[in-house]
Amino acid sequence: MSEPILVAENLTKWFPVKRNLTQVMKGNRTWVRAVDRISFTINKGEIFGLVGESGCGKTTTGKLIMKLLEITDGTLEMKGENATHLRGAALEKYRREVQMIFQDPYSSMNPRFTVRDVLMEPLEIHKVGKDAKEREVWVREILDEVKLSPPDEFLVRHPHMLSGGQRQRAATARTLMLSPSIIVADEPVSMIDLSTRAEILHMMRQLQREMGLTYVYITHDLSTARYFTDRLAVMYLGKIIEMGVAGSVIDRTLHPYTKALIAAVCEPVSGKVNRIKDVPIKGEIPAATNIPPGCRFHPRCLYAVEECWQEEEPTLDDIGGGHLVACRRWAEIERLGAAARTSEASLGTRKSSFAPSA
Amino acid sequence: MDKERILEVRDLELHYFTRKGVVRAVDKLSFDVRRGETLGVVGESGCGKTTMGTALLNMPTPPGRIVGGQILVDGQDILKLSETEVRRRVRWEQISMVFQGAMNCLTPVYTIEKQMKETLQQHREMSKEEAKRRMVQYLNLVGLPEHILKRYPHELSGGMKQRIVIAMGLFLEPRVVICDEPTTALDVVVQAQIINLLKDLKEQLSLSFIFITHDLSIEAEVSDRIMVMYAGRIAELGTNEHIYGPQGPAHPYTQRLMAATPRLHEEVEELAFIPGTPPDLVEPPSGCRFHPRCHVVMDRCSRDELPLREIEPDHLVACWRCFNE
Repeated sequence: MSEPILVAENLTKWFPVKRNLTQVMKGNRTWVRAVDRISFTINKGEIFGLVGESGCGKTTTGKLIMKLLEITDGTLEMKGENATHLRGAALEKYRREVQMIFQDPYSSMNPRFTVRDVLMEPLEIHKVGKDAKEREVWVREILDEVKLSPPDEFLVRHPHMLSGGQRQRAATARTLMLSPSIIVADEPVSMIDLSTRAEILHMMRQLQREMGLTYVYITHDLSTARYFTDRLAVMYLGKIIEMGVAGSVIDRTLHPYTKALIAAVCEPVSGKVNRIKDVPIKGEIPAATNIPPGCRFHPRCLYAVEECWQEEEPTLDDIGGGHLVACRRWAEIERLGAAARTSEASLGTRKSSFAPSA
Repeated sequence: MDKERILEVRDLELHYFTRKGVVRAVDKLSFDVRRGETLGVVGESGCGKTTMGTALLNMPTPPGRIVGGQILVDGQDILKLSETEVRRRVRWEQISMVFQGAMNCLTPVYTIEKQMKETLQQHREMSKEEAKRRMVQYLNLVGLPEHILKRYPHELSGGMKQRIVIAMGLFLEPRVVICDEPTTALDVVVQAQIINLLKDLKEQLSLSFIFITHDLSIEAEVSDRIMVMYAGRIAELGTNEHIYGPQGPAHPYTQRLMAATPRLHEEVEELAFIPGTPPDLVEPPSGCRFHPRCHVVMDRCSRDELPLREIEPDHLVACWRCFNE
């Protein structure tokens, strides 16, 4: 199962910020460092999760994988072939292999199309199948696959005649039309009701097993990520700061940021009403134009010491068992343990001059 | 807990008069809100939870109309008051609301100060200095510095805007604050901060909250009592312990929702889900409205009109399975 299908090395995406005339004259350039040199390997047949808060670069990473955005720096390899910059026929071939499910099933489908049109379109664009008849047979098969049956009833419907769950099924069907090997799913269930959310995830997982698909699952919801993914990468300000097997990342969290994220998650357990949650983090997320020096998490970290902002950014290192973490002090922090966690605030001497611009 | 009732809702009915027919969005809803408690309202989209919130302020969204029932504040039915009286004496004075998506509640072209001042000027006669003092006081209360007043909404983060909208809801010292999905658009860390803030305010000001959300996990953290709505009606209403305690909820719908909620620290092989979709409220199913999707349905579920009964103190359920008959 550990055959790599997608390898990203130092993948980077910087967006230029619009400048006014003075800035142009002075030659000042600022960049939004949306994705900042991240490396990961996705294995064939696995569900790889990208989690983080909004603005951490997880969707941008998804779009880079989809090749909807041009890669600024770094390389992307798919099935052993370089896919960093593709054009024309090569891009078309790549897109057949990699498909995407979007977050909002309401705006990702043309309202004037029927489900038949929606599903036929990719086949027509890529000139797959010899005629409309053959294509229609496939469309029906896929509709059955995503449990939109009987197909006859759904083929003629427009998106507004479908419920949220049915739309997301149709969106999944659309990605399957070209039998891709990788599907990038960007928050596929965040806009769907809880009662049907599990049903969609269940269907996606079944398809994955039957067809040997690989998913990149992008979400901000750690609980569904734990349930759905095999491996998980946690992103902060354009960087992967922790990565590993989903259960291990969540139950044996090493990075202080991941710890804060996990502490903040609500759980359906009684007896928490009158308790104030202790979320071990301070401040707000800085702008991606103004990334702090050293470890980019240090201004918000309760454990930060001088070397965290004086020295270079920590690298994402394997600490065993395929668990990677980008923190200098993870071992110390783990030793300090949960008991001391609350009184930890005093441990970090806070003299960093970095002030996030508002 | 102090059992003084601040707000009593009796047989509240709100219908939307659409071209397709009459949508019974809120159907004979009865419940109380007690002093100093948070009442959580959960349900899927379209179950009528937001509609109910707007009804409590007597401002249904057209084509909706309140067609029956009573909303008693201090024993007085606010549905009998004229619009002017409601505006002057009830809305924001007694009951206020923090709307869904706070980011869109603020006008982008005015500073925070101007927007906050408007609420004060409409309701209270006070000098400029006093208004300013009060605005700063409430900003501090929600953990924001004074200089925020000079900012425009686009200069602030989502969490800050949410805090401002909460401050504006508290301005006139209402007794009940309705929070409609106040944290859905926010990141987990910010969400936890806002939840902490609401808990703090509840304690400090002995406020009552009605906390509307679709997320059962959040309700577990904030609400003393939880009201589960399905298709415009109450399915279950119980204390936090009744719903989230070890024995679990009583209603099959709540049970299924709980089983569908992923847990962070548990390895779950397969989550449960509820087949089908919520019913069309123009022609709701007969009997129990949940029966077409229920996994333990019986004959009488589709036949007999279903009451909401107390199965133990403070725990009301609408399900034939739960009644000892």
